[in-house]
Amino acid sequence: MRSQTYNKTMVDKIWNFFSSVKVGIWIIIVILIAAAIGTIFPQEMYIPPNVDPTTYYKEEYGTPGQIFYLLGFHNLYGSWWFLLLLAALGISLIIVSIDRGFPLYRALKYQRVTRHESFMKRQRLFAVSDSGISMDRVKRVLAKKHYKIKEDNGNILAEKNRFSRWGPYVNHAGLIIFLIGAMLRFFPGMYTDQTLWIREGETVAVPGTKTEDGQYYLKNHKFIMELYDKKDKDYSAALDKTGNPVPKNYQSNVTLYHAGPSDVVGAKPELKKERDAKIKVNEPLSFNDYSLYQVDFKLNEFHRMNLKLENKKSGKSYGEIKVNLFNPKSTYVLGNGYKVEMVEYFPNFKLDENDQPTTENSVPDNPAFVFKMFTPETPKGETAFIGIRKNVEAGDNKYKMSFSGIETKNVSALTVKKDKTLPIIIIGGIIFMLGVVQGLYWNHRRIWIQQRNGQLWIAAHTNKNWFGLKREMQNISEDSGLVMPIDQSDEKSA
Amino acid sequence: MAELSSTLLYIAFIIYLIATLVFAMSLSDKKGKENKAAYTRRWGRVGYALSILGFISQLGYFVTRWIASGHAPVSNLFEFTTFFGMMMVFAFILLYGIYKTNALGVFAMPIALLVIAYASMFPKDIAPLIPALQSDWLKIHVTTAALGEGILSISFVAGLIFLIRVVDQTRSTKKTKMLEIIMYFLLCVFGFILVSAISAAAGYETSFNFTDKKDQKVELTYNVPALVGPPNGTQADDHFGPLVASPSWMNGEQAPRKFNTFIWSLLTGGVLYGIVRLILRKRISAAIQPKLMNLKPDLLDEISYRSVAIGFPVFTLGALIFAMIWAQEAWTRFWGWDPKEVWALITFLFYAAYLHFRLSRGWHGEKSAWLCVIGFVIIMFNLIAVNLVISGLHSYA
Repeated sequence: MRSQTYNKTMVDKIWNFFSSVKVGIWIIIVILIAAAIGTIFPQEMYIPPNVDPTTYYKEEYGTPGQIFYLLGFHNLYGSWWFLLLLAALGISLIIVSIDRGFPLYRALKYQRVTRHESFMKRQRLFAVSDSGISMDRVKRVLAKKHYKIKEDNGNILAEKNRFSRWGPYVNHAGLIIFLIGAMLRFFPGMYTDQTLWIREGETVAVPGTKTEDGQYYLKNHKFIMELYDKKDKDYSAALDKTGNPVPKNYQSNVTLYHAGPSDVVGAKPELKKERDAKIKVNEPLSFNDYSLYQVDFKLNEFHRMNLKLENKKSGKSYGEIKVNLFNPKSTYVLGNGYKVEMVEYFPNFKLDENDQPTTENSVPDNPAFVFKMFTPETPKGETAFIGIRKNVEAGDNKYKMSFSGIETKNVSALTVKKDKTLPIIIIGGIIFMLGVVQGLYWNHRRIWIQQRNGQLWIAAHTNKNWFGLKREMQNISEDSGLVMPIDQSDEKSA
Repeated sequence: MAELSSTLLYIAFIIYLIATLVFAMSLSDKKGKENKAAYTRRWGRVGYALSILGFISQLGYFVTRWIASGHAPVSNLFEFTTFFGMMMVFAFILLYGIYKTNALGVFAMPIALLVIAYASMFPKDIAPLIPALQSDWLKIHVTTAALGEGILSISFVAGLIFLIRVVDQTRSTKKTKMLEIIMYFLLCVFGFILVSAISAAAGYETSFNFTDKKDQKVELTYNVPALVGPPNGTQADDHFGPLVASPSWMNGEQAPRKFNTFIWSLLTGGVLYGIVRLILRKRISAAIQPKLMNLKPDLLDEISYRSVAIGFPVFTLGALIFAMIWAQEAWTRFWGWDPKEVWALITFLFYAAYLHFRLSRGWHGEKSAWLCVIGFVIIMFNLIAVNLVISGLHSYA
């Protein structure tokens, strides 16, 4: 082992530090405890999106919450020191494997058949008996138990399942590959994670999918939400108890397009249809390196609002205007000298701190308008402010705008994901599992049989599962006449 | 089909109970005439056969419920916990097959019984699957994870027997106290079942109105008298009122109700423990110890280790690898530091540390057994507390 040979330079010291299994175990335990503390209160990514974390933790969880926040546990798993711990674990895995793996390999490859007397005596299972049994029979019995037999001067080394000794090194290699894969995410081009809100009927560019070859586009035909039927005979009892409707399906029916690179800036892309698809929870749409996931939705978002121009006294209507809430016109002509001008539009109306009308954002959740209505009777125009359950007019208007209908559309939220690290992570995971199984489900067993001064010496060793070895030795001794070795650790404790 | 399913579970429960008694009887040393070893072996076989029979009956429950609900019955706390108990029995059957140790049955079967009884305190209605759960990975991930946890639990059982067998009971030490605490907690589970069953039989109910974390008005119905009410809640009836409010940081679904039941369990566990101590007039583990004296500590240590060796890869596969594959499909990422995920990782890291301590640092016997106890506490924490206290994506199970 390198760690036991050199101890001079800084590199040696670091090497020696990380080559200790004890240090490795401590790193595991520190990660474990830190990870556990991180679950006491929710991580920052799981608190409501529109709250301030500096005050949230104190208000919600009191002083412990404040301490949690101040110590940085609210963002533990992305914190520099947690990542440093993971890195330390990775380094420890690499160094321990190199430091122990190669010497063990050499030791087992070049092991001698005839071992020293004291080596034999030191083994936990050991016995001395009179010789005089058939060694051929012993060999036959051992071979039947799948032992590989090496001979030297009539002495025997029987060995099996040596490969299980490589299990730890294989699983450590798998973990290292896994950690490398997880690290690669931070390299540009390996990983994309974006959200796409797309309304029914809309065709939009899929964010994060632009390359030299062009870009993907997506059209959302329809968003579907299904609920379980309360009268469903299998589930009625459970559905009655919860009271709330239980969702059955969230689905977006979409068409995927691809457009080649465009030379002219601002030119309309030429869309080539790739395929139709249904994106459901658990059934993402995958193409190239990308996957689109159904993650959220908004039902019945206002899309178009219909209003009528009416005479206040007679109630007579002079025509209807249809306002596209995402793209309203400035003038709506109704003919015969009647028209409506849209002076101002607030898609998501609210009053600011000076009580002036303004809009929170461009999503038409609470649309409000300032209209100017022109009629032959009022050629200068009358102004009115119209909102949902709000109607403000200037003085003695003769005409008014009244709501006559609304059209809504559903909106799907999709996550666009590209993760080129996945194959590496999968390979790491598979190698890890194989290594763990290899190391834990088989046991390396060795039996030495030697002729010494007319006596037969037997010793047996396993790296683990002594009970199984003893049982096997019992069988071997019954079948071959070999004496059953004694467990020297029993004798000590007795 | 649903009724048949419940009946089969009930039958399994009864058979497990009988198997426990048979295993316990096989350890008794009152039979003077007969050859002791033969006696133990014979009744051990009967107990083992009964365990297998009970398991088959529970398997019947599982299959029929699957048919009735149209999906693998591992989708809520009742179904998952019942399945976990079943996997404990399966792991016991597996390990008894290798080691033929009756004492394992005396402890593993009642603990599995407690788990199944605990499960039956949750709503048992067959519920439909929400979209996030509609995946083949539901059955693959959850069953493998539960099997892994079941096998790992046997390492706790064997470790516990080891400790009761070897810890010096002639005087009171930290170790004897720890063992009594374990006994106390097992009695708490029993206490929980007792309180819930008595309240259910009496039809007790009291409800509260309060505003929860998401600013929604919620009505909470307690099935046991309210010692702990929801924060800022008002009681809707004039039943026995809450003495204190539950802490506001408890976030899980219906946390105040669960916390109240938890307090009840601790209290009843305490009363039960007191009664047992009064009857025995010594520590519970000290009373059990003489029955275990003819067991080899070495063998128990081996069983405990072997369970980890078999269970650890299964757990890793089910609770981490299959979990990651599914998470990638349903939640767009294979890892997201959700509390349940983190606790699965903690369980994994803990048993990884155990294996290193044992295989590399030579921690055998007592130290190793205490570690197995801690491991089981972590598994139970992930099963119970993560759902009680912490809100997360796994809130349905």
